[in-house]
Amino acid sequence: MSSIKEIQEELIDEFSIFDDWMERYEHMIALGKTMPLIDPKYKTDDKLIKGCQSKVWLHSELKGDKVIFTADSDAIITKGIVAILIRVFSNQTPEAIVAADTQFIDEIGLKEHLSPTRANGLVSMVKQMKLYAVAYQAQRKQQA
Amino acid sequence: MFDITSIRADFPILQREVNGKPLVYLDNAATSQKPQQVIDAIVDYYSRYNANIHRGVHTLSQEATDAYEIARKTIQEHFNIAHPYEVIFTAGTTHGINLVANGFASFLKKGDEVIVSALEHHSNIVPWQMLCEKTGAVLKVIPMTQEGTLAMDAYSGLLSEKTKLVFVNHISNALGTINPIEKIIELAHQVGAAVLVDGAQACSHIKPDLTALDVDFYVTSAHKMCGPTGVGMLYGKEEWLKKLPPYQGGGEMISEVTFEKTTYADLPHKFEAGTPNICGGIAFGAAIEYLNHLGFDAIAAHEHTLLEYATNELLAIDGLKIYGTGREKTSVISFNVENIHPYDIGTILDKLGIAVRTGHHCAQPIMEFYKIPGTVRASFAFYNTKEEVDQLVAGVKRAQQMLS
Ligand SMILES: Cc1ncc(COP(=O)(O)O)c(C=O)c1O
Repeated sequence: MSSIKEIQEELIDEFSIFDDWMERYEHMIALGKTMPLIDPKYKTDDKLIKGCQSKVWLHSELKGDKVIFTADSDAIITKGIVAILIRVFSNQTPEAIVAADTQFIDEIGLKEHLSPTRANGLVSMVKQMKLYAVAYQAQRKQQA
Repeated sequence: MFDITSIRADFPILQREVNGKPLVYLDNAATSQKPQQVIDAIVDYYSRYNANIHRGVHTLSQEATDAYEIARKTIQEHFNIAHPYEVIFTAGTTHGINLVANGFASFLKKGDEVIVSALEHHSNIVPWQMLCEKTGAVLKVIPMTQEGTLAMDAYSGLLSEKTKLVFVNHISNALGTINPIEKIIELAHQVGAAVLVDGAQACSHIKPDLTALDVDFYVTSAHKMCGPTGVGMLYGKEEWLKKLPPYQGGGEMISEVTFEKTTYADLPHKFEAGTPNICGGIAFGAAIEYLNHLGFDAIAAHEHTLLEYATNELLAIDGLKIYGTGREKTSVISFNVENIHPYDIGTILDKLGIAVRTGHHCAQPIMEFYKIPGTVRASFAFYNTKEEVDQLVAGVKRAQQMLS
């Protein structure tokens, strides 16, 4: 299993071959199609992330010592963005997720290609993922 | 002659590029761009005669006061208003609506009724909800039809001697529907109710004759009609403005102050507390002059051509649906493409240099009515061209190809 850092570098490489935004978007849309989809029973209002013009549902589970994220969105480009975040943060330990830096978002050029409302949505998604990780971390400490 | 090339040359911003592409600005319903003539009026004010008004003996103050009052007269003549003091400068449409709603709080009692339409900007519903909460009056809503027009039969049914005020927009911002305000005003007056019309979306497309309309109050914002942000006007019939209590206390709005009692200044100053947006008011006047110089008949004719052309071209796209298909509408097209989120289309269009609005356009009740998350809204101004419509259509096709 690759570490968060390794996956981030992989993504930076992957996006660096595109020199125009169109190809970048096409790649993002393709990534969206590979996203681990949320179980429809979790597609409820309490799983919605605030701050997006489109809807994003995010669900997390702890399997062993790893956090598994699944999600969905009603907008395709947004789905691509969530898919990228899930690739980075899913299947990692809560500690690693909490500690991870998010510099890669700028390096992929994700933010500069997003409208301000979408960039806000992206920040909210990262925050929500980290919040889940913090909660699992606390839960595990209590159990230990 | 309506020379589109020279008109476009008046707007410096239309020369710029966005994401490496020439800007195609189709978000005019949110705010319009400004011609050099208006920008010059702003620069001229601050460069030559910036001073506070109505209170100085010195020359600059006199010049600024004159320019501000000339702007008021320009507005008065433009809207065919009987007296200049029936023109109240405001910070914009929202401010004007709140001023009237606040004033009505002292006239309404429990059981009275206020009617609003289902086609409203949702932030404009809030002042009426607050008014009803405060007074115990009841809020009634004129329903809408599938075409995005007002159900006028239902409106007649809502009116009674309990109705004290009707609030409706002249043109819907989300759909572009022109509402039959003449009829709405006439019917309201038959039961003795006052009418406030929100003209924010109308005044860049048509020139309302407020005397002929016999409307009680009319509000608009300068920024939608080539003027600056943060300034607008409230028209009120003299008898209403005299009855209505002041909204804010402060300088300019008083005639005599003692600790026992203050007497309010005459109209329009009673409603213009504090130092106003002097420069904004002057530039508002300049914007109206600019539009009149082009002529509203010519503006309407050009926009109508664009609307028809864009409607036909867009409808030729597979799976594209237009919301707001009433016969009377302005150059606004709200649409969705089957199975594609409006936000995705807006994002791709932006990359192509095309500015549209996506989302619910502050009209959530309308989106709920159609059961959609929102729409893509392209709104055209007189400075837009057929070539820009072609770019929009090509952009939507490209987005559709990428996104499905
Ligand atoms: C119909 C309508 N009313 C009111 C407003 C609010 O205008 P302002 O923000 O200038 O006060 C708008 C602006 O979008 C509008 O479209």
